Amino acid sequence: MLMRPFSPRNILSKYQYWLTIETPQSVWHARFQRVYIAWLGFSSNPIAMTGLYIIVSLLLLAMCAPLITSGDGTAQELHNRLLPPSVNHWLGTDELGRDIFDRIVWGSQITLYIVILVAIIVLPIGLLIGTVAGYVGGWVDIVLMRLTDIFLAFPRLILALAFVAALGPGLDNAVLAIALTAWSPFARIARAETLTIRNSEHILAARVQGASTTRILLHHITPLCLSSVIVRLTLDMAGIILTAAALGFLGLGAQPPMPEWGAMISSGRQYLLDQWWVPTIPGIAILIVSMGFNLLGDGLRDVLDPRSGEG
Amino acid sequence: MDLKAPMGSEGMINKSFPPPIVGQFFRLITSLILTFIGLTAITFIIGRVMPADPVLAIVGDRASREVYDAMYIQLGLDKPLIQQYLIYISNVVQGDFGKSIMTARDVLDDLIRFFPATLELATIATLMGVLIGIPMGVGAAVYQGQWFDHLVRVIGLFGYSVPIFWLGMVALLIFYGWLDVLPGPGRIEVFYDGLVDPVTGVILIDSAMQEEWEVFWNAVDHLILPSSILATYALAYIARMTRSFMLDQLNQEYVLTARVKGLGESSVIWGHAFRNVLVQLITIIGLTYASLLEGSVLTETIFSWPGIGQYITTSLFNADMNAVIGGTVVVGICFVGINVLSDGLYKLADPRAR
Repeated sequence: MLMRPFSPRNILSKYQYWLTIETPQSVWHARFQRVYIAWLGFSSNPIAMTGLYIIVSLLLLAMCAPLITSGDGTAQELHNRLLPPSVNHWLGTDELGRDIFDRIVWGSQITLYIVILVAIIVLPIGLLIGTVAGYVGGWVDIVLMRLTDIFLAFPRLILALAFVAALGPGLDNAVLAIALTAWSPFARIARAETLTIRNSEHILAARVQGASTTRILLHHITPLCLSSVIVRLTLDMAGIILTAAALGFLGLGAQPPMPEWGAMISSGRQYLLDQWWVPTIPGIAILIVSMGFNLLGDGLRDVLDPRSGEG
Repeated sequence: MDLKAPMGSEGMINKSFPPPIVGQFFRLITSLILTFIGLTAITFIIGRVMPADPVLAIVGDRASREVYDAMYIQLGLDKPLIQQYLIYISNVVQGDFGKSIMTARDVLDDLIRFFPATLELATIATLMGVLIGIPMGVGAAVYQGQWFDHLVRVIGLFGYSVPIFWLGMVALLIFYGWLDVLPGPGRIEVFYDGLVDPVTGVILIDSAMQEEWEVFWNAVDHLILPSSILATYALAYIARMTRSFMLDQLNQEYVLTARVKGLGESSVIWGHAFRNVLVQLITIIGLTYASLLEGSVLTETIFSWPGIGQYITTSLFNADMNAVIGGTVVVGICFVGINVLSDGLYKLADPRAR
């Protein structure tokens, strides 16, 4: 390359060159290139980008909550009850004079908490059951897949309700109940992926070199299952958020002072006809976030997993 | 419905005995039984093992030692867990879920009283989803990439993403609160209560049979909002699946052949392509119906609909564990049954899926 005067554009094209060169110099170089190419596909998909913008704004909102709100969302001003949206209170105030905008912002942290915690519980369980069933095969496969099928056929919301009823209401129990009913699709997908790569040559090579089953499962099979599992996880996130909000709405999830969006709808419900903004605004927040995850999931599927696209 | 699969199983020459359809049938029965065992095992664990102390939940914390011990034995908690589970299963099979603390009746009687309302709601919602969703999906596939397709996509996205309890509230606010064109929550106006003898428990059928048309139309008015709200999800799901099934078919060569032969567009779409989609669609409709039976919990709460979902949630808050578990088992059995059956029917009806 010719040396040109320094300019941001020049640097960009230099990185672009480094990212698109046909002979990567190292493993990391190759990984960067793969990510870059996937990103090119992803960023040219407007649907996926809309989803990404929504989720990134959710993250920013959650992180900047102390900066953009005046309190922690639980401060009561009883003389300012049920005010309509105004300059002082952008989205109005609720029945205890709490600023609804503040509560929505703080509630984004709870939504993220639910989503991340469910993912942390569900991913390892699904991957473990799926990869073991697919790789080991035989009766282990039959038993594990029967179990998965049983969980797949369950009514999720009702089962989550019963779980929470037995464990007692609360945010963590709601998360646990959702996770217990949400892992089965991931086991299915991980198993299907494992079956397609189980007999490939790189697995055979690893086995010939004396790698243990655990090592093969962890280092050679799981990474290859990840992309389709993550796509499914993103798509399921919307459902998880809706279930969590439903549990909160029924009074079984996050408990009252917490600004959880579903619980906010529930407590504002009695003011529906006169102060409609109190119960409806948190619902819009739920709608936007679950839409964001759906869009992002659709887009990720198009990029990472084009085979399973439904036309 | 006329279900002519391209290769009906009766038309095939069976070389093996028993024919594969028998094996398929047995597999269906096994998976039904296994799923039932799984479901009861889980509800058993939820009802008997997870609560800190099931005896205390019944007798209360002021009970004397003797009362406590008597209840402990009565519940069979002194027996080994596996034996307790077997007793539980035999009770469930006989329809014995114990007594409800709240209503002081057998849980099964309560469930029979509340079930028709849920059935009515879910059936109407599924019908709406089918009648609107299928034409929408077919249209989206035919006009792929055009504005109608995008519209269907947006509606689908909305149906998947919207919290149904919130949508129900907004609909109440607009159509009952602001426009006042539809009645508020409830299944029927209070002064019509008791005018119709419950025979089937489904008000629409009962009032029509007894020719109480005023009651009938009042019930229809009350059904419009909750069933459309419940139908949102069904609509989104059915339209999306119809679209993708139809796209698969429309890209195949027999469709091209039909067009080349000069068949009319409607004949190609409905007579050829749609026919091959029907079997898959029946499975989807079955799944939707099952999920609506379950999903009606939230809609019922919003619209004070006296169905099984409301029964379960009110029992939950009264710590009425027998009722909660009984409701869960019944809804679960319906759900699992429809799920497994529609999956099995699909495999029976469509030789390609075997």
